Amino acid sequence: MTLQATNKGAAIELREVRKTYIMGSQEVHALAGVTMTFGIGEYWAIMGASGSGKSTMLNLLGCLDRPTSGNYRLYREDVGSLDDNRLSDLRLRYLGFVFQSFNLIPQLTVRENIELPLFYLGWDALHSAERAAELAEQVGLGDRLGHRPAELSGGQQQRVAVARALANDPKIILADEPTGNLDSSTSAQIMDLLQTLNEQGKTIVMVTHESDIAARAGRRLHMRDGLIDRME
Amino acid sequence: MIVARTILNIRLGLKTLMLHKLRSMLTMLGVVFGVGSVVAMLAVGEGASMQALEQIRSLGSHNIIIDSIKPIDDEQSGDSGARMSVYGITYNDQMRIAESFGDVRRIVPVKVLRQEGRLAGRALDLRVVGTTHEWFELVQRPLLAGRVLVGEDLHRGGNPVVLTEFGARRLLAASNVIGQSLRIGAYVYEVVGIVESEEGVAGGQTPDQQIDAYIPIQVARQRYGDISVRRQAGSQEIEQVDLHQLIVEVDELEHVERTAAGIAAMFERFHGRPDYAIRVPLALLRQAEATKRTFNIVLGSIAGISLLVGGIGIMNIMLASVTERTREIGVRRAIGAKRRQITGQFLIETMVLSGLGGAVGIGFGVSIPALITMIADMPTVITGWSIFLSVGISLSVGIVFGLYPAVRAANLDPIVALRHE
Ligand SMILES: Nc1ncnc2c1ncn2[C@@H]1O[C@H](COP(=O)(O)OP(=O)(O)OP(=O)(O)O)[C@@H](O)[C@H]1O
Ligand SMILES: [Mg+2]
Repeated sequence: MTLQATNKGAAIELREVRKTYIMGSQEVHALAGVTMTFGIGEYWAIMGASGSGKSTMLNLLGCLDRPTSGNYRLYREDVGSLDDNRLSDLRLRYLGFVFQSFNLIPQLTVRENIELPLFYLGWDALHSAERAAELAEQVGLGDRLGHRPAELSGGQQQRVAVARALANDPKIILADEPTGNLDSSTSAQIMDLLQTLNEQGKTIVMVTHESDIAARAGRRLHMRDGLIDRME
Repeated sequence: MIVARTILNIRLGLKTLMLHKLRSMLTMLGVVFGVGSVVAMLAVGEGASMQALEQIRSLGSHNIIIDSIKPIDDEQSGDSGARMSVYGITYNDQMRIAESFGDVRRIVPVKVLRQEGRLAGRALDLRVVGTTHEWFELVQRPLLAGRVLVGEDLHRGGNPVVLTEFGARRLLAASNVIGQSLRIGAYVYEVVGIVESEEGVAGGQTPDQQIDAYIPIQVARQRYGDISVRRQAGSQEIEQVDLHQLIVEVDELEHVERTAAGIAAMFERFHGRPDYAIRVPLALLRQAEATKRTFNIVLGSIAGISLLVGGIGIMNIMLASVTERTREIGVRRAIGAKRRQITGQFLIETMVLSGLGGAVGIGFGVSIPALITMIADMPTVITGWSIFLSVGISLSVGIVFGLYPAVRAANLDPIVALRHE
């Protein structure tokens, strides 16, 4: 397997990363030794059958989990040795998440949802509100700042989620089936959004089942049984 | 920054609680009753001890007060027009107390007379007290004009009278009355001073109603004797009472109750019937403390149980809330919230809940004593520190019972939380 070396350097480096779940007497190798580099500014789609380890991989990349063994470097920092607080900090400063089911907080307004990362970054109310308005504008929801998630369509909710993922100006955006709950036209809107972000220099790693969605990404990674099957 | 974040957390807490208004209100009930009981309890206890202290201050903590009381069986004795009843404290009692108790510093006798008084042509039925100058030392009555009785009055042979403010008003006398002659019964006195009247009549030193004037007791005995005659609708009522009251001052506070017991035993032996009553102001304090204790136990139990039940209710609701909002917790963690920030968020939410309950409880706790005062005529005092304490208690309930759900929320695995339906 060849390491992907781009002229811009590596955002994420995985070396022999394994994730093993123990279910009773049985060991499930969700990741069975993955070595892989995601370069800065690249746009990857991860594909593969159900249960092949895509989400497990994304959770690891997102510092939501630690590998059972192997080595994971995020911008040269060895993630495996960090405690929960430092992992939280990495997520807060480097990463933005977009989920299949949007995961907006229902009792908060659009503005407050977008402000959430800024809240944990310790921004003051005034600047947070400004930034949230800016981001809402950017995803085409500048007029919905006071709405609650329940008052928005799925596509709109996902755009809010993208805006929230962008609030902390992350280096990497991680998306697990971001269009999984959307129809094709709203999916296209989200994909346009992600493409724009990639063009602006964000590294994007996206899990998807659909090949036409995957086709929008610059690179594709196929997984099978916790291993990398092939890359294109 | 932390302050701003806390304010945001409080606002978020309020928002979440407003989402389930009824549920939140029901959850608060336990804390409401608990805190209400605490405030009420302290108000009643405080009122009782304040009343007791007030009485002790006016009656004197070192004093034992003995009153003459007309026994009930005397009322129906004799079927003819004239009735004669002999009762109450005797001069012998006074002597015996003075001789028997080493702890007694002084004894002040009080003799009450009803005589016609005349001042500048105005005639009135007066209530006159015969006593010694020491009465004015034991019983603090601010002087309004002139002087009170002094030791020399006994020997000088002059016939001084001290008016009370009340008496002076009834006689329409101004302060220039000093030096004028007041006729009491058949005898003439010189007005030497005016003192303030006793405030609350109930439980005061002087028996019955307001007193108009004070004269030296020797003069009273010599001039009017110990027998009084009262004419009532055709019949005559004749009474012989030596003294109407004795104020016994004890040297040390620790000796008061011992001496009071001794005096009670002595009266029991020599009187053989209840024609006297002994009051010990110091005992009022004990009584107030007992009342306070009873209230503390009753309301304290209610408060304790309510707070416990309320706390468990809050914990229950918060656990449900954590479960309901598992996804939210997962999202916050994915975004970068640290464990302690999640703990803080839920803890603050619980404290908002219990704090609101506490606020409503304080409202209740302030109105219950008002009701008690109105219905049971018991004094109550709401002190600032009892409010402080209640705020402290309600927030503590929030912390104690909110900590477990909050920690549980913070310890959720973010991946599992995000997958939660
Ligand atoms: N918490 C867990 N405990 C035990 N096994 C797990 C756990 N999470 C994942 N697995 C197992 O790891 C393997 C990979 O799961 P993963 O969720 O990564 O698959 P996926 O590729 O995302 O599938 P899908 O396309 O259905 O989302 C599966 O066999 C799954 O059962
Ligand atoms: Mg998956």
